[in-house]
Amino acid sequence: MLLRLREGARAAWDGVIANRSRSGLTIAGMVVGVAAIIVVVSIVQSLSQSITSSFDSLGTNTLSVRAYTSFDEQLRGITRRLTLSDHRAILGRVDGVEQVTPVLLPFGAYGTRVAAGGKTGFTRVYGVTPNYQDTFKVYTAQGRFVNAADEQAARKICVIGTKVRENLDLPGSPIGQFLRIGGDWYKIVGVMEEKGDVFGISQDDYVAIPFSAGEIAVADPGKLDLSITLSVADPDAIEDVQHRIVQVLRENRKLRPGDEDDFKVDTAKQLTQSFDRITGAIAGVAVGLVGISLLVAGIGIMNMMLTSVTERTREIGICKALGAQRGDILLQFLLEAVLLSLFGGLLGVLVGCGIDLIIPILVPQLPAIPIPVSAAVGSVVFVTAIGVLFGVIPAAQAANLDPIEALRHE
Amino acid sequence: MTPLIQCSALTKVYRMGDADVFALDGIDLTIEHNDYVAIIGPSGSGKSTMMNILGCLDTPSSGQFLLNGRDVAKMNDRELAATRNREIGFIFQSFNLLPRATALENVMRPLVYRGISRQERRERAREALALVGLEARVSHLPNELSGGQRQRVAIARALCGEPSLLLADEPTGNLDTATADEIIGLFDRLHRAGNTILLITHEPTIAARCKRAITLADGRIVDDRRREQVLAA
Repeated sequence: MLLRLREGARAAWDGVIANRSRSGLTIAGMVVGVAAIIVVVSIVQSLSQSITSSFDSLGTNTLSVRAYTSFDEQLRGITRRLTLSDHRAILGRVDGVEQVTPVLLPFGAYGTRVAAGGKTGFTRVYGVTPNYQDTFKVYTAQGRFVNAADEQAARKICVIGTKVRENLDLPGSPIGQFLRIGGDWYKIVGVMEEKGDVFGISQDDYVAIPFSAGEIAVADPGKLDLSITLSVADPDAIEDVQHRIVQVLRENRKLRPGDEDDFKVDTAKQLTQSFDRITGAIAGVAVGLVGISLLVAGIGIMNMMLTSVTERTREIGICKALGAQRGDILLQFLLEAVLLSLFGGLLGVLVGCGIDLIIPILVPQLPAIPIPVSAAVGSVVFVTAIGVLFGVIPAAQAANLDPIEALRHE
Repeated sequence: MTPLIQCSALTKVYRMGDADVFALDGIDLTIEHNDYVAIIGPSGSGKSTMMNILGCLDTPSSGQFLLNGRDVAKMNDRELAATRNREIGFIFQSFNLLPRATALENVMRPLVYRGISRQERRERAREALALVGLEARVSHLPNELSGGQRQRVAIARALCGEPSLLLADEPTGNLDTATADEIIGLFDRLHRAGNTILLITHEPTIAARCKRAITLADGRIVDDRRREQVLAA
C-alpha cells in the first residue's frame, strides 16, 4: 500500500510538472485565497491584541459603565445616554468604590467647534477628573494635566492633543494661549503625548477640560454623553459592586422590572471578551468569504484535471493494459489534485507571511503583526480537502475509462 | 499439462442499432505453451476483438475462455487487471510507450502494479532491455528513439513481467521492412527461449515464419495449420 502511494505520488508529481504553466495558473486562485486568509487573520489578531492589552492595563479591579442602545432602538433613532444624575447616584449610593473616573462629553460624541487666533476647527471635548491620566495611562508631554484645584474651582483651562495644536496652527509650545470652546475661552495648560493614527483616525484630536467645567459647559443636555470608569477597593468584591451599580442605575433611570438595562456595567475582562466577540465575528465573515473563493479555485482545479484526463486518455489506457488497477489510476489523479492544491496552499502561506512582514513597514502605526500559525495550518488543511473534493470526479472518470476505448483514443 | 489457452464456443456480440453483430462467432481454439502463432485475416474479421479477449481487456459475450485453466469470462475488473499484469505481455502496432517516461521507466511499469520494490524493478528492467539489445538506451525518452528501438522497448516491457503469453498486435505495422525483419527475428529468438507468442498480422511473410497460422473471417476460424503443412502446400 505504501509503495502504491509512493508510485501514485510520483506519477502525480510528473503530471503537475508536465503542465507547469497550466498548473501554476490553476493554483493562482488558491495562492491568493490562502494569502488573503493569512493577512486578514493576522491583522485582526494584531488589532485585537493591542486593544485587549489596553483594556488589560485598566486592571482587574476596574468596572466600566456606559450607556447601551439596543439595535432595535438604534433603528428607531433612539440613543441612550448616561446622565450627570447617574454619575451622582453612583457616587452617592454605591459602597466599596475606590476611585471614579468619569469622562464627560459636554458637546456630545462628535464634539464641537474650537477656535484660537482666528483659526477654527472641530474636535471632541472631554470633561475629565485628575485621575484620568493614571486610569487610562495617558500623560502630558508639555505643561500639566487637569489638577484637583482646577476641578474644585471649575477653572476654564484645557489640555490639548497634538492634532488640535496642528489644526489650529498653534505654536510648538502653546501653553498660555487661549482656546475658544463652545462659547467660552479656556487657557491651554498642557499638551498630551502623541498617540498616532489607527487606520487613519487620529488619536490626538481632542481637548480635555476639568469635569466640573464640562458640567457648566453643557450646551444641550440631550446631547451630553458620559462614561464612567471606576475601581473597586476589594477586587474580590467586584461582582457585588457591579450588581449594586446596576441596581442603583435601574432605579435612577426609572426602569420597570421587565425592562432591559439600557446601560452596561462591565469588568475589564468582560470588555475584552465582548471586543473579542466582535473581532472574531469580523474575522469569521472575512475568512468565510475567502473560503468561498477557495471553493471557486477548487472548481478551477477540477476543470484542469478534467482536461488533463482527456489529454492523457491514451496513457491511462496503456497503464490499464499493463495491469493498473482502477485504484492505481484513481490514486494517481487524486494525488495530482491534492498536490496542486497543497502547492497553492503552501505558496499562499508564504505570500501571506511575506505581506505580513511588509505591512508594518508601510503602516508603522500598527502594532507588531504575529504570524497566525493556526490560520496557516487551517487554510492548508482546508485547501487540501478542497483538492480531494474536486479531484474525485476527474480521478473517478480516469479510473473508469474502458481500456480498449482509451487505447484507441488519439 | 493444461494448455495455455482453451477457448470453446466463444462469441462476442455488439449491438449496432437494431441488429446484433457477431464480432466473434463460435471460436474453438487451443494454444499450448511455447507455441508461436499468427492470427491473420482481413480487417473486420474479428482479429482485434480476438486480441482484446485473449489479452483480458474484454470478456466474451458467451462461451468459455480458460487461461492457464482459469476462466477469464467469470473474472471481475480487478482480477482482469491482475491477470493482464501477470499473464499477458502486450506489444502494440503504435508501441504505446508512456511519452514522459524513460525507456527504463516504461519497462519497469508493469512491475509497479505488482508492488515490486524499486530496486528489483530496476534490475529486471535493465535485464529485459539488455535482452532486446538496448542496454545503452535506458535513460532515453521514447521520442529520442527510432521506431525499431521503440518497439524493442515495448517488447522489453512485455517481457519484463515474465508473462505466460506475449500478445503482439501488428507489431511491425509501423516499421520499414528492414526494421520489421529485425523485430520478427527478435520474436523468433524469444520463441526459441521458451516464450509463447501470439501475433496478429496481415502480412503472409510474417505469418509464414510462425509455427502455426490461424485465419479468421467473419468471426470464425476458417483455417488453422502448422508450418509443416504450410510448407508442404
